[in-house]
Amino acid sequence: MNTALLLAIGGLTAVGLYLLTSRSLSRIVLGYSLLGHATVVALITAGGRAGWPPIAGRAAPEDMSNPLPQALTLTAIVISFGLTLFLLALARRQRTLSGDDLVEDDLEDRRIAAVESAPTEPEDSVAT
Amino acid sequence: MTGLISLAIIAPLVAAACSLALRSHPLGRDIAVLAGLGSAALASHIMLVTVARDGTHTVAVGGWAPELGIILVADLFAALILPVALTIIFVVEIFAIGQRRTVWAANPELSGPLLCVLTSGVSLAFLTGDLFTLFVAFELILVSSYVLLTHQGNRSQVRAGMTYVVMNLLASTLFLFGVAFVYTATGTVNMALLAERIPQLDDGVRLGIGAWFLVVFGTKAAVFPLFSWLPDSYPTAPTTITAVFAGLLTKVGIYSMIRFHNLMGMEDLGPIMLLVAALTMVVGVLGALAQSDVKRILSFHVISQIGYMFMGLSLFTVAGTAGAILFLIHHMPVKAVLFLVGGLIENHEGSSSLDRSGGLAGREPLVAVMFAIPALSLAGIPPFSGFVAKLAVVSAAIDRGATVVVVAALVAGGLTLLSMAKIWNEVFWGRRTDGPRPGPAPRRGRRTMHAATALAVAGTLMVALFAGTLLDLSTEAAETLRSPASYIAAVRS
Repeated sequence: MNTALLLAIGGLTAVGLYLLTSRSLSRIVLGYSLLGHATVVALITAGGRAGWPPIAGRAAPEDMSNPLPQALTLTAIVISFGLTLFLLALARRQRTLSGDDLVEDDLEDRRIAAVESAPTEPEDSVAT
Repeated sequence: MTGLISLAIIAPLVAAACSLALRSHPLGRDIAVLAGLGSAALASHIMLVTVARDGTHTVAVGGWAPELGIILVADLFAALILPVALTIIFVVEIFAIGQRRTVWAANPELSGPLLCVLTSGVSLAFLTGDLFTLFVAFELILVSSYVLLTHQGNRSQVRAGMTYVVMNLLASTLFLFGVAFVYTATGTVNMALLAERIPQLDDGVRLGIGAWFLVVFGTKAAVFPLFSWLPDSYPTAPTTITAVFAGLLTKVGIYSMIRFHNLMGMEDLGPIMLLVAALTMVVGVLGALAQSDVKRILSFHVISQIGYMFMGLSLFTVAGTAGAILFLIHHMPVKAVLFLVGGLIENHEGSSSLDRSGGLAGREPLVAVMFAIPALSLAGIPPFSGFVAKLAVVSAAIDRGATVVVVAALVAGGLTLLSMAKIWNEVFWGRRTDGPRPGPAPRRGRRTMHAATALAVAGTLMVALFAGTLLDLSTEAAETLRSPASYIAAVRS
């Protein structure tokens, strides 16, 4: 295991998670990209030690790096690229609708919580 | 058989492409979507018959060995759940065609093809034999669900969509980390090989992996305390889309847990999981009681019912797992039907809010009946399917002596009945108390919507009627999951 790579995974994850807790969608996009990088490095690390490119005929099989995690990584990169674009589109739509790209609260949930905590509200009229 | 397995995954994808190409021809588009969904559903039914007779069948995609390539495994568990799921999507699409002329309809140019992509993802998730393909299947389902949820782009959908997307992106990222951990520990992502290698790992690593995937799949399945995204986002989507989400998406998470945690022998996590199951049941149903909108009430019930399946799984016995599988078969159609009825209520009353509706039973007795049957089934009243499923899960828990969770299950069952009675009182009986009387409901497409809902109600009754056979099949599937030797042998051969 390469300590530098492990530290990189930890650092990317920490910063990514911090950004993900933000309310602004553009920061969330940045956080998601960093988390995506962290998973890529983690998958590559999972493949074991580095070696020659796994192309038949270029090196002896035992000197090659493990090609399977690389295939997994490639798939993961494509998926996270597409999702980043979708998040950006969502942020743009939210900006058009509300003038900002903040993640908002669930209004219906807030309303019900308000009704529960304020029993004086004449909600009983429904029962009659 | 190889053809059937491929058909269930590829036919919806081809249909998605065709219906996108035909987007300006409504008839051709609908035919393409229905043909794709229908042929996949048909293939899955034939698959069930074949697997029940001949046993597990595997397909090595591209002819690679299990260590390297993608393996599709149609074992009894997959073959049992897949026909239920695909049939629901097909019926919901028929409902969607009827609902098209109302203001609540999804945009058919987008929702048809996307539903096909989602169907393909569901098939792949049920049939895949390796963890990474499961991740890809999850992404296929989630990406289409993101777009389905937000495709109309109105304010509440975009707001709810943001929470939903961010929450699920985080879960997917954790899934990828989990794949990396598993690969580091065992050198494979194939589930059959993992079932051999994971039980031999140190306790710490083994249970760490189990707990990690509990969080990953638990977020998808919306168990306590990871459920907050669900009741927020589901009610904002058009009814047909919510019906598919509620019927299938969380169940894919539960399905993955039943497969993964049973094959990998995670019995040691059982006590914690039972506690989570009890909390999920009770908190979900309490949330439902507080709501005053049909779609929101039903969304909270999705969470509560997930608790029952999770409870069956957490017992880690054959009877418990069989109960969870039977519950899955019962719950998917019942939940989808209830949301379809929610769509009918919206159509007749002009809103799904409890305050703005009343007296529907007098005007539309058929809708009342179509609500009552699945609602009683959800609450677990005999002779409907919910009773059989709950009985199976609860009696398995009594056998294990898990008293606390049994009490929680019974309390949650009673409260479910109470909240169904609340919908019945406010929507079908009584008078409307708020807002103007609705004009006459639009008549066009009504017959299609009613027919599709009636078909789905009939489906839930079939589950009750064949409960004995289904329980036998579930038990057989559970035995395979509990003793993975035959699964491993099938993949290795």
